[in-house]
Amino acid sequence: MRVSKRASAVALSAAVALIASGCSSGDNGGNEGGSGSADGAVTINGVQPENPLVPSNTTETGGGKIVDWLWTGLVEYPNNGGAPQNAVAESIDTTDSKVFKIKIKENTKFHDGTVVKAKNFVDAWNWAAYSPNGAANSSFFSDIAGFADVNTTDPDEDGPKKAPTPKADKMSGLKVVDDWNFEVTLSAPTAVFPTKLGYSAFMPLPDAFFTQKAEDFGKKPIGNGPVKFVSWEDDVAVKLTRFDDYNLRDKMKIKDVTVKMYQDEGAAYNDLLSGNLDFLETIPTSALAGEKWKSDLGDRAMNTVTPSTAFIAFPIYDKRFQNEKLRKAVSLSINRQEISDKIFFGTRKPADSWANPLTPGAKPGNCTVCKFDPTQAKQLLQEAGGFQGEMVFYYNADSSHKEWMDAVAQQVKTNLGINARAEGVPTFAVFRQNINAYKMKGPYRAAWQQDYPDVENWVNPLFVTGGSSNDGKFSDPQVDALAKEASGAPSLEASHEKFAEAVAVVDQKVPTIPIYFYGQQSGHSEKIKKMELNNVGEADITSIEL
Amino acid sequence: MSDPSTASIVSTPRAEQPTETVSPVGAPQGDRKEKPRGLLGDAWLDLRRKPLFWISALFILLFLLMAAFPQLFTSGDAVNGSLDRSLGKPSGDAWFGYDFQGRDVYARVIYGARASIVVSVLSVLGTLLVGGAMGVIAGYRGGWVDAVLSRVADVFFGLPFVLGAIVILTTFNGSGTSNSQWKIMGLVTVSLIVLSWPVVMRLMRSSVLSTKEADYIVAARALGAGTGRIVLKHLLPNCLAPLLVYGTIMVGSFIGAEATLSFLGVGLKSPVVSWGIMISESQSFIRVSPSLLFFPSLFLVLAVLSFVMLGEAVREALDPKLR
Amino acid sequence: MGRYLLRRLLQLVPVFIGTTFLIYWLVWSVPGDPFAGKCGERRCPQQYVDFMTDKYQLDQSIFVQYATYMKNLFQGDFGQTFGGRSINDIIMTSYPNTLKLAVVALLIEAVIGLGAGVLTGLRRNGFLDNLVLVSTLFLLALPIFVIAFVLQWLLGVKWGIVTPTVSSEMRITELLVPGFVLGSASMAYIARVARTSIAENRRADYVRTAIAKGLPMRRVVGVHLLRNSLIPVVTLLGTDLGALMGGAIVTEGIFGINGIGRQVYRAIVTKESATVVSIVVVLVLVYLLMNLLVDLLYAALDPRIRYE
Repeated sequence: MRVSKRASAVALSAAVALIASGCSSGDNGGNEGGSGSADGAVTINGVQPENPLVPSNTTETGGGKIVDWLWTGLVEYPNNGGAPQNAVAESIDTTDSKVFKIKIKENTKFHDGTVVKAKNFVDAWNWAAYSPNGAANSSFFSDIAGFADVNTTDPDEDGPKKAPTPKADKMSGLKVVDDWNFEVTLSAPTAVFPTKLGYSAFMPLPDAFFTQKAEDFGKKPIGNGPVKFVSWEDDVAVKLTRFDDYNLRDKMKIKDVTVKMYQDEGAAYNDLLSGNLDFLETIPTSALAGEKWKSDLGDRAMNTVTPSTAFIAFPIYDKRFQNEKLRKAVSLSINRQEISDKIFFGTRKPADSWANPLTPGAKPGNCTVCKFDPTQAKQLLQEAGGFQGEMVFYYNADSSHKEWMDAVAQQVKTNLGINARAEGVPTFAVFRQNINAYKMKGPYRAAWQQDYPDVENWVNPLFVTGGSSNDGKFSDPQVDALAKEASGAPSLEASHEKFAEAVAVVDQKVPTIPIYFYGQQSGHSEKIKKMELNNVGEADITSIEL
Repeated sequence: MSDPSTASIVSTPRAEQPTETVSPVGAPQGDRKEKPRGLLGDAWLDLRRKPLFWISALFILLFLLMAAFPQLFTSGDAVNGSLDRSLGKPSGDAWFGYDFQGRDVYARVIYGARASIVVSVLSVLGTLLVGGAMGVIAGYRGGWVDAVLSRVADVFFGLPFVLGAIVILTTFNGSGTSNSQWKIMGLVTVSLIVLSWPVVMRLMRSSVLSTKEADYIVAARALGAGTGRIVLKHLLPNCLAPLLVYGTIMVGSFIGAEATLSFLGVGLKSPVVSWGIMISESQSFIRVSPSLLFFPSLFLVLAVLSFVMLGEAVREALDPKLR
Repeated sequence: MGRYLLRRLLQLVPVFIGTTFLIYWLVWSVPGDPFAGKCGERRCPQQYVDFMTDKYQLDQSIFVQYATYMKNLFQGDFGQTFGGRSINDIIMTSYPNTLKLAVVALLIEAVIGLGAGVLTGLRRNGFLDNLVLVSTLFLLALPIFVIAFVLQWLLGVKWGIVTPTVSSEMRITELLVPGFVLGSASMAYIARVARTSIAENRRADYVRTAIAKGLPMRRVVGVHLLRNSLIPVVTLLGTDLGALMGGAIVTEGIFGINGIGRQVYRAIVTKESATVVSIVVVLVLVYLLMNLLVDLLYAALDPRIRYE
């Protein structure tokens, strides 16, 4: 769910380019030298990380990408989106989905030369979960037994913001057996737990991390991945180079990688065309329009899909939106195909299922209200008793959502006769604040990208009562019961079956409406002969060949 | 870009203009045959004879009509579009084609005149009034008054435009507030004035500084004229030139500033349309559909040109030095 | 003169305090919780929000926050961004870049604007006059992103004359195009104001005297006319340097210049008072010094103006 979970700083385009898109340039000196592939160097576009690069504290795309390259986790997600495979882990065994025995490969190394041991995982997780450390990803560890003892919240919301000091600084569910083995006990059975372990919050930290301040470490991070950190000039570039002692599957085929910081995609695109940049993850709208990018780039244009979906969410806490027939009517009145064709030039696909179909365990085409049927929509609206007043669709104006939200509002207006319009909220922070405080006064845009490839990630956080991103306060006992059963299922297959049942109920209740599946348009320079994108659309730098 | 109509407005006065403006060089001031009629009377006499004045006034009248009664110019729908017409080419139905959302560009340009003209003209007037008054006071009084006013201007001058606008407008016009179209325009106008008066103030102050020691002012003071009279009758007419020039061009900048605010989500809200919003929206489609950018820009340039020309004519008529 | 200068310098102190407080207060009143959007579509853990709030003293009253900020400021410490970067570093790296860009823009704007203004002022209502008017107005009316996009596309990508973005060395030749783009909006003002001023003074007694004395036209224009017509132009140019620096956000973005624009904008939306105030404070100092310089220039340009 990097788009959603990591606040997307990269998505600034139309709106912000007009008023503000400061940007930085980087020097690409030293990139041109490499003649042979093995000593080659590439420049890839990036965004200035908002925080020092500590995995459990990185919540945005700019830093997240670099963290993904610097570290290798227990498991890795294949580029084709399939089921996770062991990376640092030798084996992950469980009999009851509650106690996991993890054995790691012997003698893999951190970039400072120290060996990756079991305690590096356990210590890193304990650090992230311990609330006084203020790690933004701490909630990822809430499955583990003893989390509540190390992670406390302010008991009274209004009073002085001081949470009581936790009574423990280590989770009771984590146990180091020896250098290569450790044991994780969860507070409840969770079949999907091993799948989560590839997410950046679960990365190991070297001993050096615990002897200094996290911020200082994050400015010169030491990971265990295929590349190691060289330098970081703020707003200009982060330089990485091949880690020669790396002995896992995904070794680098080239030597140096420079991540050049841009904030304006247009600038990066023009650099790509004139050969100053080797890879651009997201082609700007101005080039997508009229398919210009295909003629600009030829066979260097890359078109992929990413496991993320754009939704329109309803504030179900507002009584005007409590009637599911109204929500169905709105969904049926939206012509997703037309939005995909005209607004996104076919680069994003109309949504027809609840969980993104790229996700393991997701069933394609299971959204029955995702079709366009204005007649049935009108009828449902009538049965729902119509809609009084103005229906305002909200979006955050600091990212490029205006076009499609305007189109959605227009279609609802045309097809249902509701007085609808779209309105921008100045910043994502204000937008999220209103959502977090349950103060939205109309349907609003939302997006979800999986954190880890499993359908569980598309149901529990979004549709279960109290789910971490169930912002509309949707609550249905049947969904809750089925999801609980699915989460605790002994095997992933059984879990997927139960989740499918839960989704079928969701389909009848329409708490949100899927609009489109994200696609990603990227491009690379003539220098790069071969490369792949990873499961979430970032460049897989280990696949690059010159 | 070559637009025949703009070229003609500008070049028409050429034939007559030289006789108008060059002749006063030789003619000493005050050597007029008509009996004295006061500043405004003189100016009006002068203006009446200028084709430049009439042409620009006609255009402005046209734009004002457009702002007041857009229905007179188009029967199209400026608000509702249909995606099947997205980026449609100009045709008999839609003279300027359709925009990205399939809305009639011609109708939108016509309906956009209101917000653009009202906001920009009112903001310019307000800025000139506030800034001009402060400038006159600071420049004329000098001393500590000048110091205080100038420093206050410095403080406001230091505010980044985006920051000031976001704060002012989100406080009064945040999302979820249901201000009427006119109230939002008023708020946008006020924020533009608050954030732009210091430049005008400094401009006016500099003019006043260089004029106030002129012989005629000293003479007027020696003759016992009151401050009010000196400022209104002698100082202002002589200092107005740079202000008018600046002000008329500012119309153009403010149309753009309004668009910036709307795009930030703190200015006008759909379905209200303005030229600035249209221009901003065309940003992503410059390569595919340059006409989306061209038509609102054309109207904007025409309007700004009319204001500049009118300002020029009025200034020449008012300015005693050019008589 | 010396006393005047001293007085003006002393006046900087209240302006400095007034501006910093005003801006601090404005950023403080920007709506939104700075940490609400940090975790994407998911609520941030409350512990994280508490930790950050506590670390940056955001639960204190604005006066306490401001006082702490000023106290550190006087010790030469601008503070830290929410991302833990030292603001001193940001200022040290991004200010020179923006200043360079703004100066190039100012020079281009002054040369083109003044040149056009003088030419058209001397020969009003000719073809050239109209051409200059229409073209400068077009530059003014077109949003900056359009001009930037077209120039970058044509010169950088299509014809390959320049690199599309500016490298981190910020060579002057690379800055010509961005400088032109940034200065384009003000050219119309400069040209127009210069033209008016020249046209007016063209009829002044001293010009007639100079011509009558038989001085060559070049000298009349260059020495007598220009000098006396420069006051409003200098005012505009002086105030413009600050405006160019503060308004370079879009240009910096499109040409990939690591300037203050992005920092200020980012800091405004994330409510980082310390960053906004620190950057703007330095900007305000530039404004103030430029204004002072302009005021002193008045006296140099126009003997009628005296400061005591």
